[in-house]
Amino acid sequence: MSDSSQRPLLEVRDLRVEFPTRRGTLVAVDTISFDIHEGEVLGVVGESGAGKSLTGSAVIGLLEPPGRIAGGEIRLNGRRIDNLAYREMRRVRGREIGMVFQDPLTSLNPLYTVGRQLVETIQTHTDLSEEQARKRAIDLLAEVGIPAPERRVDQYPHQFSGGMRQRVVIALALCVNPKLVIADEPTTALDVSIQAQIIKLLKKLCSEHGAAVMLITHDMGVIAETADRVAVMYAGRIAEVGPVKDVVQNAKHPYTHGLMGSIPMIGHDTEKLTQIEGSMPRLTEIPSGCAFNPRCPHAFDRCRVERPELLRVEQSRVACWLFDQGARRAAE
Amino acid sequence: MFAFIIQRLFQAVLVMLVVAFVSFALFQFVGDPVNNMVGQDATEAQREALRERLGLNDPVPLQFLNFVTNAAQFEFGLSYRLGIPVEEIVAQRLPATIELVLVSAVIALLVGVPMGVYTGLNRHSPLSKVFLTVSLIGISLPTFLIGILLILVFGVWLAWLPTFGRSGTVDLGWWETSFLTVQGWRSLILPGITLALFQLTLIMRLVRAEMLEVLRTDYIKFARARGLSNRAINFGHALKNTLVPVITIIGLQIGSLLAFSIITETVFAWPGMGLLIIQAIQFADIPVMSSYLVLIALFFVLINLIVDLLYYVVDPRLRIERGGAH
Repeated sequence: MSDSSQRPLLEVRDLRVEFPTRRGTLVAVDTISFDIHEGEVLGVVGESGAGKSLTGSAVIGLLEPPGRIAGGEIRLNGRRIDNLAYREMRRVRGREIGMVFQDPLTSLNPLYTVGRQLVETIQTHTDLSEEQARKRAIDLLAEVGIPAPERRVDQYPHQFSGGMRQRVVIALALCVNPKLVIADEPTTALDVSIQAQIIKLLKKLCSEHGAAVMLITHDMGVIAETADRVAVMYAGRIAEVGPVKDVVQNAKHPYTHGLMGSIPMIGHDTEKLTQIEGSMPRLTEIPSGCAFNPRCPHAFDRCRVERPELLRVEQSRVACWLFDQGARRAAE
Repeated sequence: MFAFIIQRLFQAVLVMLVVAFVSFALFQFVGDPVNNMVGQDATEAQREALRERLGLNDPVPLQFLNFVTNAAQFEFGLSYRLGIPVEEIVAQRLPATIELVLVSAVIALLVGVPMGVYTGLNRHSPLSKVFLTVSLIGISLPTFLIGILLILVFGVWLAWLPTFGRSGTVDLGWWETSFLTVQGWRSLILPGITLALFQLTLIMRLVRAEMLEVLRTDYIKFARARGLSNRAINFGHALKNTLVPVITIIGLQIGSLLAFSIITETVFAWPGMGLLIIQAIQFADIPVMSSYLVLIALFFVLINLIVDLLYYVVDPRLRIERGGAH
């Protein structure tokens, strides 16, 4: 393999997403950096409004105006994609980066058959004939576990249940074998009983198709089961990023720690669920220093003044001054 | 599908019967038809003979039955004003109105839909703002004023187009058409635009609002995420989803264009149904009025039927029995 295999599939460097408003500019994603390697599943967790979905939209170039990328760069296979012209970006979308949205009930156009929407996508990105594309569509439907695909291909979205529709959406996202799939809360709108199936399917298919996944969710359970690495986002910044095992079992950032403490676990029923006091700040009132400092049980003076950078701690990187070895040593 | 059509046809017949009853009632309650038909000095015996001949001595339900039977064959008797059968007058006037309405509906659609799509897609472009401002004028100016202004500019000042009337028609035997001569088209243009202007602005604003709505939906976002071309997204996915409400409004509007082209026809002295009904009302010409009522109701019913069928064509959710879980 060439040295591109050494290089991460997706490199996000100092990405900044801003919303100009009448009362000033809101920074929704504040200078974040992360990588996704080929075939890897990166979980992105955080509360609503932490900037997870915006990060996903920014990567695929679908930020809704007036939101815009105000800084940093995004590279796919080493090629910068954040400043591509619309026409070129269109070729990246679907072909190199696929996307799965939250609500399968509204992701499909109600007026066209499932087959037509698949064929249309396949033909946009390949030179297959109508007939070949249709055959591929049927194969894909079979692959995502839709029974009787020859018949179902000519049916309309309203004839599918929610779980089945999300399978169709996954088929659409994967239909020309993209290298990366961004799954934005893919199971949030589904019944709990179906969530696990869909996550399992997504993971299985992506590994079969060799696609890396950026899995955006607020469900730590899903992350723990699915992701290879996790990025925890808070108020538009990355608080902690590392291998899933470390983050879940040995959380370092006080916010991640609180997040893990709030998950009920069977067998730990004597322990009370902990909760994080307060709530995430609104974009207009992000405190100086570490955004988490007003809620942090361990906050000290430096946290209120200086914004923490991501510091390497074991396998993870953590944005918390508690782990600043140099400073600690100096203090001793 | 078949059951649906049958059901709609049944409803249509019901509506038509009600309208027929209203227009039948016109004869009963607005004056004495015999008085209108015989001279001042007719004897009582002559009146009675006419009454008997016209079937006015029959019981009311039987009269209604006769009326409906005749109306079904579009026979409404003699016009009080002109003394010739109503169906002949209507056959003479109807093509003028239908052609006028057709032309203005086509203008409204061909201009209104693209303008609506454009303003929906390019919300902030200067051209969109021009369109919206102009459409505000189109919506707020009364039709007669627009007609008079157009006559003034294009008929009087520039002398490009005739100022009134319907000339250059060709008689096809059963239909007198303006479509076959240049002169016919020239006299159609000004009234056509006048009648179209309000519909045009309405359609444009409706399409724009629907486009803005649809472009915000998830399936449009998903279509973008799949890398489809703008063309496929805007016209294939977005525009088609705006069609159901647009079809509804256009259907209703074409109906009211037929029924209420009165003002435009008056301004341009256009020999259509609108002018006919104005004259009929002035002369209390009951047969003409009642035939007009039935005819317009028939158009509305037919257009609504077509609109319902178009829903079926456009929206699969109406077409198929619900399959699978929801």
